[in-house]
Amino acid sequence: MKALINIFKSFTLFELLKGMSLTGKRFATKKFTVQYPEEKTPQSPRFRGLHALRRYPSGEERCIGCKLCEAVCPALAITIDSEEREDGSRRTTRYDIDLFKCVYCGFCEEACPVDAIVETRVFEYAFFERGQQIMTKDMLLEVGRKYEEEIAADRQADAPYR
Amino acid sequence: MLEWAQNFMAAIPPVILMTVYMFIFVLVLFGCVAYVTLAERKVIGFMQVRIGPNRVGPRGFGQPIADALKLMFKEMILPNDADRFLFRLAPLLSMIPALAAWAVIPFADGWNFADINAGLLYLLAMTSLGVYGVIVAGWASNSKYALLGALRSAAQIVAYEIAMGFALVGVLMASGSLNLGDIVNEQRGGVFNWYWLPLLPLFLTYLIAGVAETNRAPFDVVEGESEIVAGFHVEYSGMGFALFFLAEYANIILISALTALLFLGGWLSPFPESWASVPYIGVLFGHGPHMFIAKTCFFIFCFLWFRATFPRYRYDQIMRLGWKVLLPVTLIWIFVEGVLLYYQVSPWFD
Repeated sequence: MKALINIFKSFTLFELLKGMSLTGKRFATKKFTVQYPEEKTPQSPRFRGLHALRRYPSGEERCIGCKLCEAVCPALAITIDSEEREDGSRRTTRYDIDLFKCVYCGFCEEACPVDAIVETRVFEYAFFERGQQIMTKDMLLEVGRKYEEEIAADRQADAPYR
Repeated sequence: MLEWAQNFMAAIPPVILMTVYMFIFVLVLFGCVAYVTLAERKVIGFMQVRIGPNRVGPRGFGQPIADALKLMFKEMILPNDADRFLFRLAPLLSMIPALAAWAVIPFADGWNFADINAGLLYLLAMTSLGVYGVIVAGWASNSKYALLGALRSAAQIVAYEIAMGFALVGVLMASGSLNLGDIVNEQRGGVFNWYWLPLLPLFLTYLIAGVAETNRAPFDVVEGESEIVAGFHVEYSGMGFALFFLAEYANIILISALTALLFLGGWLSPFPESWASVPYIGVLFGHGPHMFIAKTCFFIFCFLWFRATFPRYRYDQIMRLGWKVLLPVTLIWIFVEGVLLYYQVSPWFD
C-alpha cells in the first residue's frame, strides 16, 4: 500500500511541486538585503573596530605607559616603549599596534585603567602597501582626535553595564 | 508618403528583404538571450531572498551589456594540445542550430520565415545537432574534465532525445501534421482544446526532457561545477565561452517556445472570443504573437524556477529516469492516445 502511495506521489510530481511552491513563495517575499555602501547595519556602542588613543579634555594624553594592554594582548599585537618626561611623569615614546596580528578582542580596552586605548566604530579601512598595517602612536592619537565625540558618547552609553 | 514606402518595399527583391528581416530577428534574439541571463540571476536571487545584480544601470539592466563587453575584451586562450580547428569550430556548432531552428517557428498564423511541411522533423534535427558542439568542444579541448563532460552530455542526450521524440510523436498523432502552423491551428477552441490536457504525460515528459536536453539544472551534470569544474567548456575563455553561454540560453528560449507551440496552443488566446471585441484593450485578449511570447516567457521562468529549486541529479539517476521512467510513460501514453484516436474521443480527437 505504502509503495503504491509512493508511486502515485512520484508520478504526480508531488514533492517537486512542493519544493517549487516553497521557492515560489520566497520569490514574492520582501528582500532584506542591506545595500551596503548606501545602507549600513546598525552598530552597538560596544563595536570593536579600529583602535584609537584618547586625550583628556585638557589635551593631555591619557596613556600612562603602564603596559597592561601589552601584557593582556593575546596576539602580541601591541608594542610599547616608555620614558620619563621632563615633568617627571611616565609617558610612552612608542605605541604600535600591528593590525594584522590584532584579533579585535577588546582586552586592551578592558585592561586600560585610564580608558586611553579604545576601539572605535570605524571598520572601513584598507592597506595598499606593506607596513601600512602598523598603527603608530601618532596615527592612533589622530584617530582618537577625529572620533573623540563618538568614542566618549559610546563609553557613556555603556557605562551602566560595566 | 505611405504609398511611396509601400512601393519602395515592393521594389526590393524578396531575398534582400528576407535577409534584412532575419538579421533584425537574430539581433533581437541575441538581445533576449542576454536579458534571459539577467532574468536568471534576478529570479534565482529573488528565490533565495536576495535581490540579484542591481549595480549596473537602473535596477541592474545594464548588467548583460557589461558582461558582454567584458567577455569581448578577454583573450581567447588556445590550449597547447588542443585541436585548433575543432576548438574554434565547436562554439559555432552549438550556437548555429539554436538560431537556425527559429526559421520554422510561427509567431502567429503565417508569421514564420519558412513555412515548411516537415517543420517538426526539422526542429528535431536542429535541436539534436546542438550536442555536436558540446562533444566537439570536449574532444578538441584535450582535457579530461572537458572530455568527461562531453561524454556525459552525449549519453544524456541519447537517453532523453528518445523520450522527447516520442512526446513529439504524440503531438504528431493528435494533430495529423508536421507543419507547426497546422499543429497550432488544430488546437483551436479554448484552453481545454490545447494539447497539454489530452497529452498531459507527454507534455510533462517533453518539458523534463527539454530541461535535460539544454543541460540545465537539475540535469546539469555536463558542466557539474562541483565534480568536473565546468565540463565541456572548461578550456574556453572570452568569446568562445560567451558563445557556449549564449547557445545555452538560446536553447532555453527555443525549447520554451516549442513547448508553448506544441502543447499550449502557440499564439491562441485562452480568453473567450467575445473578449477580443472589447474596444482598445480587446487586442490583448485576442489571438496573436503576444500570446505566444507570454507563454514562452512562462516556460523560460519555469526553467529558472527549476534551477532555483532542485538539486542536481546523480548521473546514474539521470539515466534511470530517462530510460526506465520517461520512455515507458511516453510509450504507454502513445498507446492510450491511439485508442482515444480510434474511438474519436471528443473534443480533441474528432
